[in-house]
Parts: sequence; C-alpha cells; structure tokens
Amino acid sequence: MTTKIFISQDSAAVALGADDVASAIANTNSDIQIIRTGSRGMIWLEPMVEVETDQGRTAYGPVNADDVASLIDAGMFEGKQDHALSLGLTEEIPFFKKQTRLVFQRCGVTDPLSIEDYKANDGLKGLQNALAKTPNDVVAQITESGLRGRGGAGFPTGIKWKTVLEAQSDQKYIVCNADEGDSGTFADRMIMEGDPFVLIEGMIIAGHAVGATKGYIYLRSEYPDAGIILNKAIQIAKDEGILGLSVLGSGYPFDIEVRIGAGAYVCGEETSLLESLEGKRGIVRAKPPLPAHKGFMGKPTVVNNVISLASVPIVMDKGAKFYADFGMGRSRGTMPIQIAGNVKHGGLFEAAFGMSLGEIVDEIAGGTHSGRQVRAVQVGGPLGAYFPRDLFDTPFDYEEFAAKDGLIGHAGIVVFDDTVDMLAQARFAMEFCAIESCGKCTPCRIGSTRGVEVADNIKNGVGAEEQIEILTDLCNTMKFGSLCALGGFTPYPVMSALTHFPEDFFPEQQVQAAE
Amino acid sequence: MSVEANVEEITSVTSEIIQELQSLEGPMLPILNEIQDHFGFVPQDSLPVIADKLNLSKAEVHGVVSFYHDYRSEPAGDHVVKICRAEACQSMGVNELSEKLLSLLGIGWGETSDNGKVTVEATYCLGLCACAPAAMVDGKLVARLDDAKIEALAKEVSQ
Ligand SMILES: Cc1cc2nc3c(=O)[nH]c(=O)nc-3n(C[C@H](O)[C@H](O)[C@H](O)COP(=O)(O)O)c2cc1C
Ligand code: SF4
Ligand code: FES
Repeated sequence: MTTKIFISQDSAAVALGADDVASAIANTNSDIQIIRTGSRGMIWLEPMVEVETDQGRTAYGPVNADDVASLIDAGMFEGKQDHALSLGLTEEIPFFKKQTRLVFQRCGVTDPLSIEDYKANDGLKGLQNALAKTPNDVVAQITESGLRGRGGAGFPTGIKWKTVLEAQSDQKYIVCNADEGDSGTFADRMIMEGDPFVLIEGMIIAGHAVGATKGYIYLRSEYPDAGIILNKAIQIAKDEGILGLSVLGSGYPFDIEVRIGAGAYVCGEETSLLESLEGKRGIVRAKPPLPAHKGFMGKPTVVNNVISLASVPIVMDKGAKFYADFGMGRSRGTMPIQIAGNVKHGGLFEAAFGMSLGEIVDEIAGGTHSGRQVRAVQVGGPLGAYFPRDLFDTPFDYEEFAAKDGLIGHAGIVVFDDTVDMLAQARFAMEFCAIESCGKCTPCRIGSTRGVEVADNIKNGVGAEEQIEILTDLCNTMKFGSLCALGGFTPYPVMSALTHFPEDFFPEQQVQAAE
Repeated sequence: MSVEANVEEITSVTSEIIQELQSLEGPMLPILNEIQDHFGFVPQDSLPVIADKLNLSKAEVHGVVSFYHDYRSEPAGDHVVKICRAEACQSMGVNELSEKLLSLLGIGWGETSDNGKVTVEATYCLGLCACAPAAMVDGKLVARLDDAKIEALAKEVSQ
C-alpha cells in the first residue's frame, strides 16, 4: 500500500529547508505519497517528516535533506523508530500533547487546500449551524462564548458584532486584520498558510451575523506565501459554492478579497488599516466614530484579527459553553501562544488561558536556545512589557497581565538570555516607535526620537539620574498624549526595562549605593 | 528585478496597471504594489499618471508613496536582502550578524553596493521568530542565520 508522508509547507519549515527534504524524499521513487501540510507548530523540529502508520503518525525531525537516505535505511517509511531523529508518535510529543488545539485542530494535519480534508475534519459545520440561525442568535452565541479580540486589545467580539448588526446601512464590511506586525508572533501566518478555510469560514459567519456581504483580508507584504494560499483557497471556496452569490445554497451572498499592505507597522491599528485599505496614508483616525459605525468607505465595518475570526467556526460548531469552559476569569477559550526568540523549543502552543508565564518559558519552551539563563521575556510584541523572572508566576490572562503593567497582546513571547542589554532594548522600543509612527501626535513622533537620544546619553554616561528622569517624563507624555497604542504603549517596554532591570541603566557604583 | 524604462514606457505601463485595477474599492495600494512589482521601484513619472486617473493631486499620491516603507523611489540592486531587525531576531544575535553582512558588502542599511549587485534593507518581523534570526533574500525566506550562513550569503549576492 502507498505510504502517506506529511511534510509542512509552512514558511518557517520552508525557510529551514522543508522543500529540499520533500524533493529528496520524492526522488527516492518509493511507493509513497507526499502531502504538504501546515505546521504542527513545533518549529524547532522543522523540517519534520511524518509517516502514517496504524498507530497514528510517527515523526522525524529536524530533518536535513542529507538525512533522508539514512532515515529510509532505518525504516522511516514503515514508521520504525530506530533513527537518531525519531520522535515517536507526533501527538505524543509532550509539547504537542499538552496543548488544547481548538483553532489549530487541523493545522499540520490536513492539506491546507483540500476542501475534502477540511470537511472531513469538522470544517463548515460552524457555518452550517450559523446559517440556520438568525443573525441575532449568532451574535448572542459569540457573545456567550466570551471570545475576545486576539489582535491585542481583547475587546469582546460579540459586542463589536452587535454594534455593526444594529447599524443601518445599505453596505457593511468584514475586514480581517492580517497585518500581524508584532515581533514574536506568527499565529495568523500559520493559520492562513496551514488552514485558510477556517478563516474564510469565520469571515462568512461574521458577515451573516452582521449583514455584510463583502470581506477584505488586509495582509502584510512580509507574508507572500500566505497571500498565495489565501487566494487559492478563496477560489476553491467560490468553486464549491461556499463563497459567492449564495453561500452553501442559502441565498446569502458573501465574497472575500485579499489586499496586500506595503510595510507599515501602524497599519495594523484598525483605523490606520482602513485608511490604507481605502488607498490613503495609514494615518490613525480619531474615535469616535468607531469603525463599527463608520469604517471602510464610511460604512459599518467589523475589523477582527485573523485568530478572532478563525476561533468563530468552533464556537458555532461546538457551542458557546464548550468554548467558554476553557480559560480563567474573563479570558475564555484558548490562545495560540507563540514562543519565540532565544528558546530551546520555539513554536506555537495553543492552550486555555491561565498557564503561568514561568510554566510556558521554563517547561514548555525548555529555557533558552543558548543554554544560558533566561533574563527577560517580552510579552505582547514591541508594545509589550519586559518581564523578569520575579514575575514568572503571572498567569496568562488579560487582566492578570494588565495588573503587572504588561499586556498579552497577540500572545507572542520573546525570550532573552542573560547577555541582553536592557538599555539597548528600551532604546530599540523608542527607535521602533520613531520609525513606525504615523506622525499624527507630537508625543509619539517627536517623543520617541527624543527617547532614543536620551537612551544614548544614558549609555554614554551623561548624568544618568537626570536622563532617567527625562526618560520617565517622556514616557508619561507619550502614554497620555498619544492617540493610539503605538505612542501610548511604547512606554511599557521602556519603563518595564527600567523598573525591572535598573542595573542596565545606572552606572555600576550607583546601583550598589542604592542597595 | 528592476528594468530601465523611459518616460513613455513608464506612462503606458502605469496606465495599463491603473486600467486593470481602477474598479477596485480603494485601488491605490494594489496599483502601487503592481507598479513596484513591474519596475522594482515606483518611478516618479508614474505619480502624475496615477494622480490624473484617480482624480487626486500629485502631492496626495506622493504622500501615500512616501508613507509606506516598501516603496522605493529608485531601483534596488540585482539582489535584495531584507533582514529582520525586530526583537526575536535581536535575542538571537541579528545585530551582530547584520553588522557583519553590511561590512562584508561595504554598505549601510538601505544602501545598494557600488556595483549594483545588492541592496540590504531592514524589515521588522517576517513571522519566523521561532527560528530566528531570519531574512528574506530575493523573496525567499531563510531562517536560523549564523556566521557561516551570513558569509555564504555575502558571497552569493556579490556574484
Ligand atoms: C500600532 C498598532 C498595531 C496593531 N497591529 C495589529 C495587527 O497587526 N493585527 C491585529 O489584529 N491587530 C492589531 N492591532 C489592534 C487593532 O487596532 C484592533 O484592535 C484589532 O484589529 C481588532 O480585532 P480583534 O478585536 O479581533 O482583536 C494594532 C493596534 C495598534 C495600536
Ligand atoms: S500615537 Fe503615534 S502612531 Fe498612534 S496616532 Fe499618534 S502619531 Fe500616529
Ligand atoms: S522578529 Fe524576526 S522574524 Fe519575527
């Protein structure tokens, strides 16, 4: 019988050589079928090769094209586990086994562009349920699930939808925010590359729920592969009658178009994104009006993150309670946590809210890649705080992180070892804000440039005390005088670096004197 | 990537691209992306054509083009290397590695080598943060950069 081999075509796997491995295996002319999937998310094991056996899929990784001959000699095609790269059954690998994969249930398992695979693995069930309900009932179910926006702000998705549903207009839009600009994040990319139909399904459900007939996916230009896959998936969905004039024969029309950005971090902010989508400079709009009232082209618009939308089908399939039963406090459901930077086991780990930061960094991620001590962890992208070990007991939860002057954001975790210079990291936060500022607010535009200078002064030993006072003042001005979170939250990484790692800011003798 | 073009050619290609995309809602970025794909940069001579067809002032079009980091005002080198300078890549030593690449090539950020072979640009996150440091070389992603890969890359793009 033909043996089925699964190899990821995720960008990360490909960047690590997955295509070479796939062709090396194909070139052996064995009786095999190679299926390219998304990634299981264990990036440190990519390129990973999986072989279908009676017990389930067995895995090998990280595989180099040079390893293929010896793997085959050691019985890889029969699923034997005698090679140094043998990993056993994929789903028994601890990193995988400890997860709760709801949104990523198919990612790494199926062929991303096979609609048959999608349907055979619970795909479209959520949409079918949604179409059988009134928009009001769909919105109520999403609200009850407790789903909050995964793009960063954590706003309740159901409430946003309700606002758009109640808005009167001849035209409404669903805009998917696929700008994923935060360093340390790649969940949006992985789901778009690995299971694009789930995003499409989520967008159609959103459209039905609020009365929108057109959807846009605003995709960052740094993700070319995701764009190719999305466009193919949209075409397949059209051919299958999932998109088009009558979604699944319901008479309800919905269509989706992919738009590519042009390299601007601020365009991830929803109003800047809408400006950009309309073809203008990505200058942030003042709110109100909310996009839910006046969004794209001045029409009521739902702007949701990729993962928010991709979480919708399972809520509609399994029910609000099923989803809400995961998590803690007001953070319900699961979050795809992205473990990145200087880590031993980097990748995507979907789990219910509530794990402690220390559990994630020390146990799941296994500490640093360099083997040195973990010193700082930045959570939530370039606008997120740096956490020291002392705060590792913080549970992964929106409110708990806010209480520690931090944020979960899009759930990226970037780990640094003890060689990190926290003054340099604070400087970078300011520099990044200066580079990416849309320019509308003076504190953000000018303050960030000034922040870089002050950091340089501190480094050069120019009156540290006074410079640090200026830095603190600057952060306060930015925090309270900025229209959006780019200027408003840049103080988080800066002030957390200063608060938790003062030894990197003050000359040595002063720190000793202060102790 | 980039092609030499005269004003007439720029005007006619730009017009064709606009023709094809003008009916989209918010056609500006799709048009600019297509122009940059074609020429490797957004030629100055494209701007009046866009302004005219989209009923905008030339200043407005210029404002849009200059807002976005992706758009180049002049042709890039034969090879374009985009290195991620964001935090996850920093944690894995990208600062040292990019300094090394730039010094091997004798250029700075955003610059093109004298022989026109290569342009090195900064980018902020390629979504490869779990296998950092990462870069994009002529549209192809590379991950887990180290000294050896940087040296090989410098050689490859100098040819
Ligand atoms: C500077 C800045 C960048 C942002 N970048 C993104 C992004 O890349 N992706 C995203 O989904 N949300 C981003 N956001 C948040 C969006 O403004 C908005 O809250 C989100 O798209 C709403 O969707 P959600 O409710 O599903 O999270 C950003 C916000 C700011 C201030
Ligand atoms: S805070 Fe910065 S990015 Fe945000 S609106 Fe103001 S200037 Fe623009
Ligand atoms: S931070 Fe470099 S790829 Fe994400």
